[in-house]
Amino acid sequence: MAKVVLTLGDDISTDVIYPGRYMATVLPSETPQFAFADMTDFNGALRSGSVPPESILLAGKNFGCGSSREQAVSTLVGHRLTIVAEGFARIFLQNSVNLGLRVIAAPGVRASAGDELEITPGEVINRTTGVRSAVEQLPPARQAILDAGGLIAYTRSRLVARAGHAHV
Amino acid sequence: MGMTVVEKILARASGLAAVKAGAVVEPAVDLAMSHENAALVVNQFLEVYKDTGLEPAIWDPGRVAIIFDHRVPAESPKTASNQKKVREFVARHAIRKFHDIRGDVGGICHQILPESGYVRPGAVVVGTDSHTTSHGALGAFAFGIGATEMASVWTLGVAVNVEVPATIKVNVRGIFQPFVGPKDLILHLIGKLTAQGANYKVLEFHGETIRGLPMSGRLVICNMAVEAGATAGIVPADAETERYLREEAGVADPVMPVLPDADAAYVQVIDVDVSGLGPQVACPHTVDNVKNLEHVAGTKVHQIVIGSCTNGRLDDLEMAASLVRGRKVASNVRMLVFPASGRIYQQAIERGLVAAFMRAGAVVMNPGCGPCLGVHEGALGDGEVALSTTNRNFKGRMGNPNSEVYLCSPAVAAASAVTGVITDPRTGGMH
Repeated sequence: MAKVVLTLGDDISTDVIYPGRYMATVLPSETPQFAFADMTDFNGALRSGSVPPESILLAGKNFGCGSSREQAVSTLVGHRLTIVAEGFARIFLQNSVNLGLRVIAAPGVRASAGDELEITPGEVINRTTGVRSAVEQLPPARQAILDAGGLIAYTRSRLVARAGHAHV
Repeated sequence: MGMTVVEKILARASGLAAVKAGAVVEPAVDLAMSHENAALVVNQFLEVYKDTGLEPAIWDPGRVAIIFDHRVPAESPKTASNQKKVREFVARHAIRKFHDIRGDVGGICHQILPESGYVRPGAVVVGTDSHTTSHGALGAFAFGIGATEMASVWTLGVAVNVEVPATIKVNVRGIFQPFVGPKDLILHLIGKLTAQGANYKVLEFHGETIRGLPMSGRLVICNMAVEAGATAGIVPADAETERYLREEAGVADPVMPVLPDADAAYVQVIDVDVSGLGPQVACPHTVDNVKNLEHVAGTKVHQIVIGSCTNGRLDDLEMAASLVRGRKVASNVRMLVFPASGRIYQQAIERGLVAAFMRAGAVVMNPGCGPCLGVHEGALGDGEVALSTTNRNFKGRMGNPNSEVYLCSPAVAAASAVTGVITDPRTGGMH
C-alpha cells in the first residue's frame, strides 16, 4: 500500500517531467534533481527527501508523451516513484520497462492526493474510496526484459550467450 | 489477408514470410541514428559490456549515424564535454556517418539523413529522437526509441521486442488553397485524431494529394505523426521518392519500393479532403489543440520561429521569404530563421532568401534545433507568446513555463511576423 502524492491530468509531456533545458545532464545518477523542475513545490519536496520511496503519481491518459528523452524515466527511477496512469505514450512505456520504472496502466483509474492505493497484479484498489480498476497487462515479450532486471542486463545476457556460441 | 507496408517491412527484416499486427518480432536494424544523446547511449553501451570480458564492439558501425543538432554550437561546458566524448567514441569505433557542427555537412538529423541518402524505402530506421517518424516519408519504417534501447541495438543489431503495430490508412484528396499546405494538413489531422488517437499505430498516407507532395512536404507530415501518438508515419515509395533519392540525395543504387497489398488489413480508414482546408494553428499547450486560424487571428506575438526538423527546408524558407520580402518585421517582434541543414542554408543564400530575411529584420541562425526544445537560444520571457513552425507547444517547451507557443505553417508565421499578430497569409493582414 502506498500513498498518492501527486495527481496529474492527461497528456503530461516529457517537457513537464524533465524540461529540455536539463537535457545536457544525461547520467541516471544526476537526473533525479530535475524531476518536474518547473513544478517548483513538487520538485522541492522530491529533493528534500520528504516524498517516501514507492509513492504514487497518478496521471490520466498518454502519460510521457513527446520526446524520447530517457531522462524523463531515469529521473523518476531515481526517486523510486510508482506511476499509475490511465495509459502511457509508447516510447515512455518502453523506456520505463528498459530502466525498471514501476508503471501501472489502469484505464479509468481515479484517486486524489492522499489516497492509499493497493496495487495487485490484476488491479489497483483505492483503499480510501474502495474503487477498483483493472490493470492492463504488459505484452509477455516486455515481461522478459523486466524479469531480466532491465534492458542492460537483458542485452548483456544475449551478448554473452552469442559470444559463448561463437567460441564453440 | 494481405499486409500493410510496415507489416511487409517487418516481415522482411525479421526473416519471416508474413507478420500481422500484434505479433512480436525482432527486426534487423538498417540505420541507427542518435544526436547529442549519443553521450547517454555510449554510457549505456559500455554498461552492457561491463564485466563481460568482451571488447565493446558496435555490430555494424556503417549503420550507425550520429548528428549533432540539439545544442549547436554547444551552449555550455557540459554539452561541449558530452560532444567531445561522443567525437572520441566515433573515432574509436570508425563511425563514418558522423555529422559534426559544420557548415557543409552539418544540420538537423531529420534533414541530414534524407539528404545524405542514408534512408531507403523498406528500411528499418531507429533513432533516439521521437521525430524519427520523419523518415517514413521515404517509405521506411522509422520510429523513436530511448538511449538504453539504442545501446541494445548497437550491441545486437536488432530492435528487441517490437510489437507489429496496427495501421491506420489516411486517404488525402483535393488541392490545397494558396498559402495552405502539408503543415496545415497534419495539424488538422492531429486535431481530429487527438494527441493519443494513433498511439501504438502507424499512419499510412495515401491519395492524390500525398502523391502530389514533394519529399519536403511528406517529411512534414511524417515528422508530426508522433504528435498523434503514432509509432510511425509512412508514405509508400513512388516516383517522387526515387526522384528525391537520385537528384537530391545522390543515391545511385536500385531503389526498391515496398507497397501495401490491396487486401491489407487496416484498423481504421480516415478520409481527408484538403480543398476546403484553411490555415491551421495549434494553440497552447497541446499539439492537438488545433483551431482554424480565424479563431486566433489578431493574437499578439513576440517571437516568430521559422525552421526546425518540421519546416526548415528550402520551400518553407522560400514561402516565408516571399511574404516578408520588401516588408519589415513588426517592432517588438523577433523573427528567428533556422535552416534545417548547412546545404539548405547555402541554397537559401544563393537564392537571395537570407538577404530578404535580414533586410526585413529577421535573424538567420545556424542550422540546429534552436529554440524548439528550450535549451539553447531564443528563450521566451514571462508572459510572451511565440508563433512557430516547429512541432511541439507543451508547457515550458521553449524554456519558460510562463510563456505560450502556437504552432503553424511557414506562411502563417511569416505573414504574422510583419503584422505582429496571428495573421492569415491569404490576406496578409490587409483589408
